[in-house]
Amino acid sequence: MSIADFLTDLFNPDLAFLPKALAIAVMSSIVCGVVGCYVVLRGMAFIGDAVAHAVFPGIAVAFVLQGSLVLGGAVAGVVTALLIAVFSQNRRVKEDSIIGVFLVGAFALGIVIISQAPGYAGSLQQFLFGSITGIPDRDLYVVGGAGLVILGLVLALHKEFVAVCLDREMSRSMGLPVFWLDIALYVLVTLAVVISLQTIGNILVLALLITPAAAARLLTDRLGVMMLLAPVLGGTSALVGLYLSWSYDTPVGGTIVLVATIGFLVAWLFAPRHGLLTRRWRRPPTQGPTDDSRAPAFAPEPGSSPAVG
Amino acid sequence: MRALEVDGLDVDLGGRPVLRDVRLHLDRGELVGLLGPNGAGKTTLLRAVLALIRTRGGRVLVEGKPARPGRSGIGYVPQRHEFSWDFPISVEQAVMSGRTGRIGLLRRPGVADWRAVGDALDRVQLTDLRRRPAGELSGGQRQRVLVARALALAPSILLLDEPFTGLDMPTQELLGDLFVSLAQEGRAVLMTTHDLIAAVDSCTRLVLLNGRIVADGRPADLQDADLWTRTFGVSATSPLLKLVRAA
Repeated sequence: MSIADFLTDLFNPDLAFLPKALAIAVMSSIVCGVVGCYVVLRGMAFIGDAVAHAVFPGIAVAFVLQGSLVLGGAVAGVVTALLIAVFSQNRRVKEDSIIGVFLVGAFALGIVIISQAPGYAGSLQQFLFGSITGIPDRDLYVVGGAGLVILGLVLALHKEFVAVCLDREMSRSMGLPVFWLDIALYVLVTLAVVISLQTIGNILVLALLITPAAAARLLTDRLGVMMLLAPVLGGTSALVGLYLSWSYDTPVGGTIVLVATIGFLVAWLFAPRHGLLTRRWRRPPTQGPTDDSRAPAFAPEPGSSPAVG
Repeated sequence: MRALEVDGLDVDLGGRPVLRDVRLHLDRGELVGLLGPNGAGKTTLLRAVLALIRTRGGRVLVEGKPARPGRSGIGYVPQRHEFSWDFPISVEQAVMSGRTGRIGLLRRPGVADWRAVGDALDRVQLTDLRRRPAGELSGGQRQRVLVARALALAPSILLLDEPFTGLDMPTQELLGDLFVSLAQEGRAVLMTTHDLIAAVDSCTRLVLLNGRIVADGRPADLQDADLWTRTFGVSATSPLLKLVRAA
């Protein structure tokens, strides 16, 4: 299908679900891209995975009760994030084990709950793998509003999140509320996951958090640039993925994630400074001292300002 | 008034006594080396001074007031591995992160903050590298980034945790000189280290710690081999003692 055909379909009133799905996929990818930068930089991909799975029982309950899936998922995700944060304070069992316990436990709970609903098999597949049909108009506003709130909170707490990522001990000594900042970050990850579930599905939502942010990290050494690049990569993956999915009748979540994965691989190979192939092409192997980073730069170099007390 | 006064400090960790009846004081202008074997409680003592852990008894006074996180003028320089060096951040941003608590929630760094960061970078002579990604620096440069981050708060007390570990001799010497001059400018500097030579060479006073304070005095006054064997639990023929006598 050509891009022109895709545009025609987008504006075809009989296919009204298509622009809605596109809007939600792009919005949630942008939000996940931004939040995912913290997830990638703090090495908390496993927590992201846990939260993604933990929203499942909430969605199942909402489904059984005919309530809002987004709201149900958010509540369950936040509760699990809190449980993980509280249980991790006990250092006898390591945090990753705690996460493992709650991740699987929550998912199991979801499966048991949803099995009580009649005709659950079809809905189960929709939760797990995402779908572009059947999105109520209301979700468009919920996702848009929640996305703005998440981005606003990221902007407000960015400085503190960075300090805690860099050095927890130092952050404590500065009097930052490290525990509550952790909780805030978990909640933001949860909300980003929940608004993305609809189109991407429960299994693959982790990719929206991790893949664009990881690719952005390969492309830059500056945090500000990374946090702009990741949502651009994520949003583009959603757009291209939905187009391909519509053209070739492939599952939407899987296609979006594959596009993002290809983007990551391209960044891995061709990133300007650290790409595998870029490095090989640019720098022929040199002889002699290459380890200039160890050179004692302590002596004041010409033009540097003198020490002041 | 003393810059730092620790009096009768008891600390338990996990129900196990780690520090008992620790008495220690620091004046401005002093560079004090805190020596002891692994598990002696050196880092625990620093964390107690920072009020990061609950103490069982005793008190810690900073400039005459009880220590509280974020409230007292202490600059903390943790061990280098505590910092995420793979984080995409420039040297000056890393130093600015030390002022996060002081800047406060929902505020951005202002002119005074950037000036403090600039002064701190000047002081450790990293101004030329301020835009460099922190992860590209050498070990000695990284240590100076952490010192600058602490200095950005203009503290009267500096706590340095193992600043020499994993650095070669020339780098250690340069850092040692920096710490000496930071103290001479009127700060109280307390430094834990395993590096006996550097400590004897640059410190005005040495404190030997092993759960308790074993000795506290000028390097020249700590020639008694018994103090060192008691602190480190080494035999009377240990090379450590030769080092002490030679120093």
